[in-house]
Amino acid sequence: MAKRIDITDLNIHYGAFEAVSGVNLAVEPRSVTALIGPSGCGKSTVLRSLNRMIEVIPNARVDGKVLLDGQDIYGEDVDPVNVRRVIGMVFQRPNPFPTMSIYDNVIAGIKLEKRRSKKADNDDIVERSLRAANLWGEVKDRLGRPGAGLSGGQQQRLCIARAIAVEPQVVLMDEPCSALDPISTLAIEELITQLREEYTIVIVTHNMQQAARISDTTAFFNLSGAGKAGHLIEVGPTQRMFSNPEEKATEDYISGRFG
Amino acid sequence: MSQIQQDLPVSSLELQNELKGKRLPRWAPWAVAGGAVVLALVLALVGAISGIPLIAVVAGLLFVVGETAWSFRVEGRRHATDRFATTIVYTAFVVAVIPLIAILFSVVQKGMAAFSLDFLTGTMRNINARDAGGGVAHALVGTIEQVAMATVIAVPIGILVAIYLVEFGRGRLATWISFFVDVMTGVPSIVAGLFIFTGLILTFGLERSGFAASLSLVILMLPVVVRTTEEMIKLVPNDLREAAYALGVPKWRTIMSIVLPTAIPGIITGVMLAVARVAGETAPLLLTTFLSQSMNWDLFNGPQAALPTMIWDQIASGTDTALDRAWGAALVLILFVAILYVGARIIAKVYAPKTH
Ligand SMILES: Nc1ncnc2c1ncn2[C@@H]1O[C@H](COP(=O)(O)OP(=O)(O)OP(=O)(O)O)[C@@H](O)[C@H]1O
Ligand SMILES: [Mg+2]
Repeated sequence: MAKRIDITDLNIHYGAFEAVSGVNLAVEPRSVTALIGPSGCGKSTVLRSLNRMIEVIPNARVDGKVLLDGQDIYGEDVDPVNVRRVIGMVFQRPNPFPTMSIYDNVIAGIKLEKRRSKKADNDDIVERSLRAANLWGEVKDRLGRPGAGLSGGQQQRLCIARAIAVEPQVVLMDEPCSALDPISTLAIEELITQLREEYTIVIVTHNMQQAARISDTTAFFNLSGAGKAGHLIEVGPTQRMFSNPEEKATEDYISGRFG
Repeated sequence: MSQIQQDLPVSSLELQNELKGKRLPRWAPWAVAGGAVVLALVLALVGAISGIPLIAVVAGLLFVVGETAWSFRVEGRRHATDRFATTIVYTAFVVAVIPLIAILFSVVQKGMAAFSLDFLTGTMRNINARDAGGGVAHALVGTIEQVAMATVIAVPIGILVAIYLVEFGRGRLATWISFFVDVMTGVPSIVAGLFIFTGLILTFGLERSGFAASLSLVILMLPVVVRTTEEMIKLVPNDLREAAYALGVPKWRTIMSIVLPTAIPGIITGVMLAVARVAGETAPLLLTTFLSQSMNWDLFNGPQAALPTMIWDQIASGTDTALDRAWGAALVLILFVAILYVGARIIAKVYAPKTH
């Protein structure tokens, strides 16, 4: 199921401003890749280019190639809607649909995709996704209640359940724990470690320990100055990146001697 | 050591006082209000002022000055400002509500004189101005049909235009549409009637009918529906749209299934305001469907009565019985709008996003 992503010579502009330049990165299937780096270096920008969510921003432009198992997702007759079905995304702030129950939130991706599905199948998908998101036990008795009534951490896991209910190949996460308490963060980290068995995961995080704990590969981004484009400085196995980085900038950033 | 221990209670007492500050007693505003009223009455007795409105205004001013000054002396500047502002806000509220209550009161009081079951079920057919009796059934039916038709036409168009402006509109076209919506907001209702009258009735030979009236009401409803819907759609957080896109939901589906349902309570309120506005329109109806004294169920053929035009007609007749009927019809109109309003609130409540 899980697929690999190969990024070559990726440049991303917002209008005339070049936000990211010259990124080359390979994301292995069934692994967790962490993107780290200082604020504004383009982590979110790169992440959002991987499922063409970047195109929601009117003046954003992407050059270069992003290959999903060899297929260019920016290819000529590729529909971004289909790309996003295969590459799901979880955002920094939990964003369950306020008009929907917990059940409907999980099944939203399938229902809104106009696929008619049987009630029994739906029940199945909801239970499976919520179990996969470690949320089933907490909400199984109140599936009909509004999703917005859950705690922040539960909402975030609900959003993860919603993202994996459509059975994507890749899950992108943009600082999924930054709005959460340590316990919820731990729950999500455990969840990511489990999801790794089945999915390809790319996660942006500002938390070095988190990157060290959960990721297999770490990519460090940096920018040479204010108003300049962000670059990929170094990428490698997380262990090596944290114990023995090749670049001085990486070492400074990871050890907190930055700036 | 012992020095510190002795100091502690004293300093904590000081801290307590510092945090508390001096406040006026709870009964202070009432006392000042009572004093202000008594003083104003005394002024009236000695002949310095006269007339209830003036006495009320003087009492009010005395209250503001008295309370603010007292508060300033005891509580200090910040609390005095606070009390002053509070008084102003309450005063503005009362001033805004007085006309509303006065209107409601007089309409109910005078309207009840004509009100009866016969009044609700009867029409004005074969009733002369001086006759007692008669009813509003024909006008109520006309108003319901005309307003319903106008709503059925204006609401979908208005919502679609709003969706276009918020979700798709970029560049020239959107600017122009937005501009025309603003212009439409300012169109006087009689001009809307005139437009349908000359455009459709004189030019195309459309018969005068309730439907022509509905079309003129559409012109008045559209900008209100567009503007309120636009505001409500803008309030839907972008997060939700992104969440849907990230699930691979197409844009139109996101709008229909996520954006509109989230905005629907506000849209319903906006539609309600538009309906309430046009339900009382008189001038465009006179131009497009004119008057009728008898029941006409057919929206598309012949003149049709409506509540506002009936009120106008009865007042123009000028007899006592006709005036009673005018007030009665006004009461029915207000009840009609009130019932719609309550209904809309209930619907909005049902659809509102819930957290529990
Ligand atoms: N919608 C946008 N329009 C214009 N410029 C943008 C937009 N979004 C981001 N940028 C710019 O692109 C650069 C990279 O932003 P991005 O959000 O990718 O950074 P980030 O690494 O995710 O930062 P953070 O860690 O603070 O989330 C920044 O200079 C930012 O100002
Ligand atoms: Mg970011």
